[in-house]
Amino acid sequence: MKVTVIDYGIGNLFSVARALERCGAEVQLSSDPAKIGAAERLVLPGVGAFQDGMQGLRERGLIEAIRRHAASNRPLLGICLGMQMLATVSEEFGTHEGLGLIDGRVVPVPKTTTDGAPQKIPHIGWSPLLPAAGAQWDDTPLAGIEPGTYVYLVHSFHVVPRQAASLLAVCKHGGHDVTAAIRSGRVTGCQFHPEKSGEAGLAVLRSFLAQ
Amino acid sequence: MANVRLIARLDIKGPNLIKGVQLEGLRVIGDPQEYARRYYEQGADELLYIDIVASLYGRSKLTEIVRRAAHDVFVPMTVGGGIRGVDDVRDLLRAGADKVAINTAAVRRPELVTEVSRRFGSQCMVLSIEAKQQAPGRWEVYTDCGRERTGVDAIEWAQRGVELGAGEILVTSIDREGSRKGFDIALTRAVAEVVPVPVIASGGYGAPEHLLEVVQQGQADAVAFADALHYARTDIPALRSHALAAGLNVRKV
Repeated sequence: MKVTVIDYGIGNLFSVARALERCGAEVQLSSDPAKIGAAERLVLPGVGAFQDGMQGLRERGLIEAIRRHAASNRPLLGICLGMQMLATVSEEFGTHEGLGLIDGRVVPVPKTTTDGAPQKIPHIGWSPLLPAAGAQWDDTPLAGIEPGTYVYLVHSFHVVPRQAASLLAVCKHGGHDVTAAIRSGRVTGCQFHPEKSGEAGLAVLRSFLAQ
Repeated sequence: MANVRLIARLDIKGPNLIKGVQLEGLRVIGDPQEYARRYYEQGADELLYIDIVASLYGRSKLTEIVRRAAHDVFVPMTVGGGIRGVDDVRDLLRAGADKVAINTAAVRRPELVTEVSRRFGSQCMVLSIEAKQQAPGRWEVYTDCGRERTGVDAIEWAQRGVELGAGEILVTSIDREGSRKGFDIALTRAVAEVVPVPVIASGGYGAPEHLLEVVQQGQADAVAFADALHYARTDIPALRSHALAAGLNVRKV
């Protein structure tokens, strides 16, 4: 299974690449729009600020290539910031346009619990991954894991999709539902880090590779 | 609050995993890779690597150690020791680290905390504070792995570090490190009460109740274990089941 990991000058590609290799993939890192446009499967990783991420994609001419890939119904997995960039718009440090592959907004994780108590941001740590209301994990990268499996997250923002059907999984933080995975067709985003979520995360990557 | 993280801490000198006592007496334990793999397989929530002499000599084998670890370890890795600038951070992240822990260089040049968090995100910037008690309720920051006094108050430094951009604080008690007498609860709590970011307590684990104390009374968000794991006095599954039995929220594996 071939997978192309988008290298746009941000974040930690090495861990994602190693994890995919562990799952049996043949990994290519690329910042070439032609290669990315023609990839069988794409992974868009990333940590850091939204606007820096989008800027990194823009500078390399990758935005259209990624959109073309998604439009042709080939599998795409966005991780963490890579997931947030799938959305339409982000409110992190101003308002910034995203890739628009999944209709939604990137908004801050609530700074207080549902009881009104302050809570720590960034939200760091392991949380159980819970199915969103009505969501089916079959035929998605979450197919390989059980609801309630713990995954690793570190983030201060999350995606709120406009359509409930795009919401695949949530984690609880201070009583709030925080978006953990979204989907539209074969475009999937996970806020958690499958490459850092132990064996459960590797199972997610295996399911993505099998898509 | 988020689940309490159980972290395996590996202190490194040159190519070796070592054990420190009050960050001084050193003993070689073995190949860090072997231990890292073991802790990953046991279900550690994170690994924490600290090169304990790197800031003295300005050289480190850490990048290589992390690169090897990234082949077998699929949980977050925090790496510290000898980091002087954003280029060092970039190299470690590219090798597979997720976060960096900075002590000495941040004390010497606090803007580094801001530079790292601007460039890589605050979630990546762990301020490492090594503190020694001076009087009840007062702790002084030490650098260069507990060798150099700074005159800086640990609690004030933690607060300032967060203002500068630190996304997490690693608090190592020099007094308790390697002592098996339990974590410095008062220190951990004093830091946790003034910062809005997660606090990792390190130094002093000797018995299961120490884990409970530092979370319940010390308000630690994460707890690091070193030689208790290296010498197999306990292991991650035992710590986890003890935490669960006592009602702490930890990851269930």
